[in-house]
Formats: sequence, structure tokens, C-alpha cells
Amino acid sequence: MSELSKLTIAEARDRLRNGDVTAVDLTEACLSEIDGAGALNAFVHKTPEIALERARTADDRIAAGGAPAMCGIPVGIKDLFCTEGVASQAASHILNGFRPEYESTVTRQLAGAGAVMLGKLNMDEFAMGSSNETSTYGDVVNPWKVDGRNLTPGGSSGGSASAVAADLCLAATGTDTGGSIRQPAAFVGITGLKPTYGRCSRWGIIAFASSLDQAGPMTKSVRDAAIMLQAMAGHDPKDSTSADLPVPDFEAMLTGDIRGKTIGIPREYRMDGMPDEIEALWAKGADMLRDAGAKVVDISLPHTKYALPAYYVIAPAEASSNLARYDGVRYGHRAKLSQGDGVTEMYEKTRAEGFGAEVKRRIMVGTYVLSAGFYDAYYNRARKVRALIKRDFDAAFDQGVDAILTPATPSAAFGLGEMAEADPVEMYLNDVFTVTVNLAGLPGIAVPAGMDRQGLPLGLQLIGRPWEEGDLLNTALALETAAGFVAKPDKWW
Amino acid sequence: MSIDIETARRVAKLARIRVEEDDLPALAGEFNTILGFIEQLNEVDVEGVEPMTSVTPMRLKRREDVVTDGNMQDRILSNAPDAREGFFVVPKVVA
Repeated sequence: MSELSKLTIAEARDRLRNGDVTAVDLTEACLSEIDGAGALNAFVHKTPEIALERARTADDRIAAGGAPAMCGIPVGIKDLFCTEGVASQAASHILNGFRPEYESTVTRQLAGAGAVMLGKLNMDEFAMGSSNETSTYGDVVNPWKVDGRNLTPGGSSGGSASAVAADLCLAATGTDTGGSIRQPAAFVGITGLKPTYGRCSRWGIIAFASSLDQAGPMTKSVRDAAIMLQAMAGHDPKDSTSADLPVPDFEAMLTGDIRGKTIGIPREYRMDGMPDEIEALWAKGADMLRDAGAKVVDISLPHTKYALPAYYVIAPAEASSNLARYDGVRYGHRAKLSQGDGVTEMYEKTRAEGFGAEVKRRIMVGTYVLSAGFYDAYYNRARKVRALIKRDFDAAFDQGVDAILTPATPSAAFGLGEMAEADPVEMYLNDVFTVTVNLAGLPGIAVPAGMDRQGLPLGLQLIGRPWEEGDLLNTALALETAAGFVAKPDKWW
Repeated sequence: MSIDIETARRVAKLARIRVEEDDLPALAGEFNTILGFIEQLNEVDVEGVEPMTSVTPMRLKRREDVVTDGNMQDRILSNAPDAREGFFVVPKVVA
């Protein structure tokens, strides 16, 4: 039975249609894998009753004919998505006990397409982190191991990454504010797509930085990313920033033919001290796309080095505003108060107890950069630098570049606890290749492309034109095919 | 721009997060590390640049200014740490 949880979405869909497997079979296989994978700490709220009920409904729908591609596919949902009646707490103590009375648009659409929710997935608290070590549920462990050490699956969608790589589910939802889908996907050897800002509704997704947050699929293949994005995307009147644009048939655009396409290699992504293995993989990726018939050209994105500093103004500023709602009044944790404590003490104690160290740090940095006298110097300046970063990409696309190839991460997965002594900025550098994409609002995809000397997966990132996820996925398919990455972690959990 | 302990205390107060007196020096140090990193933005010439607003030019959707939802007091209060008689309950605000 355990073989069933290893299927891709596309394989499962075809076998469901053939009738040689049922959604209940798939779901039971995944539930049993999840029960055996406590050591990974990926699933933090299991929903077997919901899963089996949805699986039975899916089987009926498939039997009746005409069911959509996601029908009967068991998936995991990041804890950042509000799911009706099911704990949704952004891996934060401050949302302890919160059970939303409503369903996020993305998970509602997935459910509407017949997807089966297996449970909620661990993550960094409020999606703030690159190692999944800031969660109130504890660290997530990467299914890949070296020398018996426990490694990070990356963050913030670390539970999603670990669960998909370990075949606990067929696919998972993630969210990406600075690289939180693509970096963990690269660390565990799976595919992770951040769509164009506005492609998927943010309604019902617990907000971190509203101008940067975007949901996307984390899957075992590029084809699966296309299939799952189809179900997640689309205009939503409840999110005024969601784009009222037609959603094309992404899977139908997967021809694998990229002849005549132009791939840009940005020289500013060649960082000082970049490991030679990353550099070599990047060059190999360019060769693969060239061999597939694309033209590879050098490009310049001159403001790249300012992306991380701009991000660490804009994201904390928006977070400080978004997280002001956690005050112990409407939901979640409220501190025990002492005699004579007033409402201010209630706020201050509740927030001190409820938020973890990294979240508090970012809220306070955001508070500082938005405070009187600094708003222009920090926040408005960062927003202007953001415009310049976007202009760099616009110029490259105007020159005829169809997609941009970069490394996904500056290293392979590192050990849990290894960065404990590092200052916060060192951890932020994990997002150096991904964060530009969020600032410019572009679609980006991480594709597993090779292994490092220790035997850990490494990913490459492709960045596409706005709203052209279909074309981007097609280029990613060509890269995936050429790279032929099929390695799986040895099961130890 | 260097953050002293007094500034750290003020920021914590503005953010409504209690920080113990003993933890303020470390907090100020972390702020300084992060703000030192952010300082790089001063190298960029942003003269005449408009802040970015959207990925592609797009007018925000309008809708009629009418009530579209409501009448769900119980559901809205269902997650409150303290709710009584249809209200959220908080400590006394006015003395």
C-alpha cells in the first residue's frame, strides 16, 4: 500500500480514471505513512475523518465521470491556511486553539476540485524563517540525512517540503513571501512554484507581508505543479489584489519544447563565496537549456544586492501591521493577568507570551521603520528600491528574455541548530536568490537539478514573466527532463 | 543610526510587546545588526522613482458599497478567549 503515496498527481489521476485504484486507497496509504512519520514532525494536525469522507465523495465523483484532475488526490495543507473547523495557527502559540469559522479561498477551491485534505503542515511561525526552527510545534526534520545528522527542510514551508519528499502525501500547499516555497523545495529535492503575485487569492491565508505573500503548489514534478496550480488559481472578489485574468490550462501548455526561447543568466547572482558546486550546477543547467534548443544570454539585474535589505524593511513593516490583530481579544491565547492589569498590560503580556523570538524581532523592526521620522528614510526608500528591482526585470524581459535561470539557494540543506549562534542577517541570506522575485511580483519555480558531494539535493530556479506561469512551467519541464533528478531519501523515520 | 536601550524600550512599547529590562540590551544589539544591513539602501539613487504599487498596471476592483455579509455574532465570538452576552470581554479600560 505504501507505494501508492509515492505516486505523482498525474499518475494517481490516471490510475483513478482507470479504476485500478480508489481515492480511499490513496488516502489510507497516505494516512498510514503519516502515522509512521512522527519523527519528521511534518503533519501537526491530522484530519483522517475529513480525508476519508472527502475520498469517498471523490470516488463517487470520479465514477460519475467528468471529475477534475485534482479529484481524489490526497494533499497536505500548510498551517497558514485557514481551514474551517480545523486548527489553523500559523505554527504560533498566539493562535493556540484557533479553529476558523471559514475556509481560505485556495483550500476551498482545492476541496471543490475534489482534493483530499490529510491534515495541516508544520512551518516557521507566521512564515518567518528559513529553517523551520521557529515553529511552536518544534522543528521539522528533512527526510534527507548526512552522517546521521538531522537537517533542516528549509522554511518557511518546511512541513510541506518534508511531507512531499517523504511521500506522506502526493502534494502540498505552500506560501512564499521571500522564498518560502522555493528554498524548502530545493532543500528536499522537490518542485516548488511561487505564482505571480495576484494569481492565487490570499483570502483566508494568515497574513505575513501582504504585498509579497503568495500561495503555490509543492509537488513531485513540474506537471503536478501545473495541475495543482490550476485548482488553486483564479480571481476572488474577497481579495482585491487577486487578478481578474483568465487562468489558462497550464498542463496543456507543457510541450517540453523550448526551442527559440531565450534564457537570461543574471551576472549579479554570481555571489562572492558561492560554493563551486552551486556554480557548477548553475552552468550545467544553462547547458541543459541550451541543448534543449534555447538561446542562453548574459543579462544584468543591477539592483539585486539591494533586494534583501529592501525586503527586510518592507516585510517587517507589513508584518508589524498585520500582526497587530493578535491582541488576546478575538482569538487565540490571552495571558493570565495580575490584579490591577488593564487592557494595555493584557496586550503586552499576551504578545510577549504568544509570539516567538523571531516574530517579535520582526514586528519590532517593522514598528521602528514605520515610526514617526523614519517612515520616509526606511519604508518609502525601500519601496522605491523595490520599483528599481522590478524595473531591472522589466528591462530584461523587454530585451526578449523569456525566463531567467539562477541557483535556488546558496547551499544545500544545513543541520538543524547549526545557525543557532548566527546573527539574524546570516539566516536571511538563505533567500538571496529568491527574494527579488517576490519584490517584483514575478512567478518563480525551483526544480531539483542535482546533488552535492554529500549526496543532498540542489535546486535551480527559473523566473518567468508576469502571468506567464504556463510558459515558465514549460521551461521548467525541459529542465526537469534534462536533469533527470529521481533520487529519493532513504527511509529512516 | 544606532539604537540605544531607550529606543529599544520605546519600540517594544509601541509594538505592545513586553520586554524585560534585562533583555533590552540584547534586543538593541539585534536591531543594530538588522538596521546596519538595511543601511545599504542609502547607496541607491532613488531620486524621482515612484514606489512600486502593482506587478502590472491594474486598477483595483470596485464594488458597490453595500453590506454583503453579516448576522453571525456567535461565529465571530466563537474563538474569543472571553466572550459574554454577545460581546468580547477585556479588562476595564476606563477607570
